[in-house]
Amino acid sequence: MSVTTLSSPALAQRQPNWIVRLFDYKPFLIAMCLAPAIGLLLVFLTYPLGLGIWLAFTDTTIGRRGIYVGFENFQYLLTDPLWWNAVFYSVVYTGIATFGKFALGFWLALLLNNHFPFKSLLRAIILLPWIVPTVLSALAFWWIYDPQFSIISYLLVDVLHWRSGNIDFLGSPWPARFSLIAANIWRGIPFVAISLLAGLQTISPSLYEAAMLDGASAWQRFRYITFPMMMPILAIVMTFSIIFTFTDFQLVYAITRGGPGNSTHLLATLAFQRGIAGGELGEGAAIAVSMIPFLVFATLFSYFGLARRKWQQGESND
Amino acid sequence: MTDAVAQGSTVADAKAAPDTMAWDSGLRRLMMIYLPLGCFVLILLFPFYWMAITSFKPNAELMNYKQHNPFWISSPTLAHVKHLLFDTAYPRWLWTTMTVAIGSTTLSLIASTLAAYAIERLRFRGSPYVGLGIYLAYLVPPSILFIPLATVVVQFGLFDSPLALILVYPTFLVPFCTWLLIGYFKSIPYELEECALVDGATRLQILRRITLPLAVPGLISAGIFSFTLSWNEFIYALAFIQSGANKTVPVAILTELVTGDVYQWGALMAGSLLGSLPVAVFYSLFVDYYVSSLTGAVKE
Repeated sequence: MSVTTLSSPALAQRQPNWIVRLFDYKPFLIAMCLAPAIGLLLVFLTYPLGLGIWLAFTDTTIGRRGIYVGFENFQYLLTDPLWWNAVFYSVVYTGIATFGKFALGFWLALLLNNHFPFKSLLRAIILLPWIVPTVLSALAFWWIYDPQFSIISYLLVDVLHWRSGNIDFLGSPWPARFSLIAANIWRGIPFVAISLLAGLQTISPSLYEAAMLDGASAWQRFRYITFPMMMPILAIVMTFSIIFTFTDFQLVYAITRGGPGNSTHLLATLAFQRGIAGGELGEGAAIAVSMIPFLVFATLFSYFGLARRKWQQGESND
Repeated sequence: MTDAVAQGSTVADAKAAPDTMAWDSGLRRLMMIYLPLGCFVLILLFPFYWMAITSFKPNAELMNYKQHNPFWISSPTLAHVKHLLFDTAYPRWLWTTMTVAIGSTTLSLIASTLAAYAIERLRFRGSPYVGLGIYLAYLVPPSILFIPLATVVVQFGLFDSPLALILVYPTFLVPFCTWLLIGYFKSIPYELEECALVDGATRLQILRRITLPLAVPGLISAGIFSFTLSWNEFIYALAFIQSGANKTVPVAILTELVTGDVYQWGALMAGSLLGSLPVAVFYSLFVDYYVSSLTGAVKE
């Protein structure tokens, strides 16, 4: 290896090729290295983002270039009960699912932080819900939520005799909403647990020893050491989780497609229904753009809300 | 840590006799750790078990819980799998998905390796801001972009072509991979490159012969991650692909196999199982890389 690295530069120096020299010229090399990534992101991310905001102010439909209509799309959305419904459910969905994911995920991370046999195998198995395509596991949930052959109904009715009739999971608004939230929590737990487990493992055991010498109870150790030390990582994971739960599309589209009676539409599925399926690109883009303020607010809230407390606690802890 | 907790609890009720204490901490450990852990594993894995068992059940058993125990199969059948493989375009969908996943993974690995190398090792004025800019791109969710992207794809004449997906997927793969690889490049000693520079190697030679071989674990992590993410992608594939033959597995199962009022649950579940297998196998081969990339990216 060292022989080859030595011989080929020697060759290059003997025949000073202009291409070789050009690639050794730092500004050119930097530009060449950044070009593919920046190019891809500009063409397929920045440009569409701007185009989406522009489309939201036009009345474009599929096959027809729109004209600028100002805030007409947004004014229409404000009077549209379906849009308000989607906003309401998006907030409820994100709120409950995030809370559930983090409560259960944190618990699972704490459990996994103990020593027991087959730990790495267990950790690998637990990530499965997260790596399998969401739509495919959503189909499994659709089947689990079947009105007639639901396995949960079977358990409750025929095995445990807790209920007299089958549960209608997806047939009426509120059960459908909570069924979707449950599926989302199921999918989100592994990611939260594994990320938080990584954070837990960085906490120095000496902190716990010191606290124990001072007579702190298990709850106090959790409340005054684990929790504050986890704040920075919680802030990051929660920001990500909120963004991707609020803009979730796959689960709802696969299981209910917004039904029954449009009660489970999230903003993303409503945008798809109006924009792509309905062909009203301008209106769909307006719905998509209306997610941005919520996202910015949620991100700032979770990130700064949690990170600020970390700075305060961090000073006294370090 | 656990021993410490167990000790703490035994100190708390120190009045109990030594034997009861040992039994108590064993039982306590069982109740506090193994029981909840067991419940978690059961709930997290049950949908997969249910998916698997449904795919091999004959239709008669599938719809009759009174005479057959739904948790088990009395006469397993391959009928659903056979239907899937020979009566539908499933092999074609698998092939498309594989092509798209491998294509976009390769593209994003090349783009993000070069970008990460430029940002971390070539060091120019403003390189941290470029890094931050690329990272922020990760925070833009596909749900906001798919409508304008659909018009962009149509403008480029790529509508209904898997090439559109190969080009679009890097928008969410490149930010993640770049960030991951910047972390890996940081861990490679700078002195190695300095030595090579002194020996007269060009920058590209350094990248190819020194930095890249040392960053192989990072490249593997980024590759697995990109592969799974592009295999699982749904919304772009749903919006940009129209014809049945060009669909990816997740989209095709949902739009082509769900037909009519009577759902073919056996075939649907067999399709989901087969569509999940490649990522599951891929994942199980490189599980440590995967976990380290997941947690590494969060820690950065």
